[in-house]
Amino acid sequence: MAPQSGTEKPMFAYSSITCQAKSGWSWTLVGLRLLAFLATAAAAVVMLLNKQTKTLVIATVGTTPVKLTLTAKFHHTPAFVFFVVANGLASIHNLLMLMVDLFGSKVDYKGLRFAMIAILDMLNVTLVSGGANAALFMAELGKNGNSHARWDKICDKFGRFCHRGGGALIASFAALALMLVISVISIVKVLKSSK
Amino acid sequence: MAETKRICTFLLRLIAFGTTVSAAIIMASSRERTTVLALSFEAKYSDIPAFKYFVIANAIVSIYGFLLLFLPSESLLWRLVVALDVVITMLLTSSISAALAIAYVGKKGNPNAGWLPICDQVPKYCNQVKGALVVGFISVIIYMLLLLYSIHRVLNPLLVEKS
Repeated sequence: MAPQSGTEKPMFAYSSITCQAKSGWSWTLVGLRLLAFLATAAAAVVMLLNKQTKTLVIATVGTTPVKLTLTAKFHHTPAFVFFVVANGLASIHNLLMLMVDLFGSKVDYKGLRFAMIAILDMLNVTLVSGGANAALFMAELGKNGNSHARWDKICDKFGRFCHRGGGALIASFAALALMLVISVISIVKVLKSSK
Repeated sequence: MAETKRICTFLLRLIAFGTTVSAAIIMASSRERTTVLALSFEAKYSDIPAFKYFVIANAIVSIYGFLLLFLPSESLLWRLVVALDVVITMLLTSSISAALAIAYVGKKGNPNAGWLPICDQVPKYCNQVKGALVVGFISVIIYMLLLLYSIHRVLNPLLVEKS
């Protein structure tokens, strides 16, 4: 009896865990990752297409008005460029992890799957937090100006630019909260599955 | 091997504590008074919200680092340290990136928004802020290394057992 029960003992290798039916936690994780992917992609795209043009008439020469065109684009500010890049990279990471979660159950990861996902999740959380905060403080500067440094606020002149940037920032912070929750769940999964 | 690892992490945490404390102190003590067109104005770190956030974040992280130096090495709280390290690293990266974004505007200005650089008028203040940001960046790198190490330390014994 003893040798037979020994051969029937299941092996807790990492690749065999994924052959089981997906538990409730896995579907929560997939749903959260989908939301985080959509949020980071939305933040990156909205900031990328953020542009506002204003035409002012500064003088009139004879009958033709002299116009001055001012544009506000996201790439005038390095902080917004970093914001777009960080959110783009994070959305690529979320998409890859989504694919791995949904379709990657047949690939052999040599036991590294959950650990790599947990580490990459944490690194992406820090990346998104850096990008979102830099853009947040630049937006605060644009909205309130800084009287001590003689920097005027620009949001009263370029209202639509400011509103769209604010929307992208909200999406990015929502994505940050979601990615933090996902990271915690991934680590808990690693700890549970190796007990 | 375990002994050298413990000493190495203790030293690394000590250095990390030192860098965050010095970043906060250098930024908080940056101040310069200058006269521009018969008007005297003073540049302080508290004029700029991003620098205030930098000081506060580094102060919080140095308190955390100080408390962690006294944690005994075999305690079970090291698993909590993994989670707290993630939050702390996130706080540090956000504070350094915000401060860097505003410091860039202060140094190079933003011609599209009509913002002039202020570093020419207050060079001593600018240099001190630059120093604080450099030290802050070093502390970010050290805390990232510590985070990777704590993940490795908590997860690796569990991985090695089963494989």
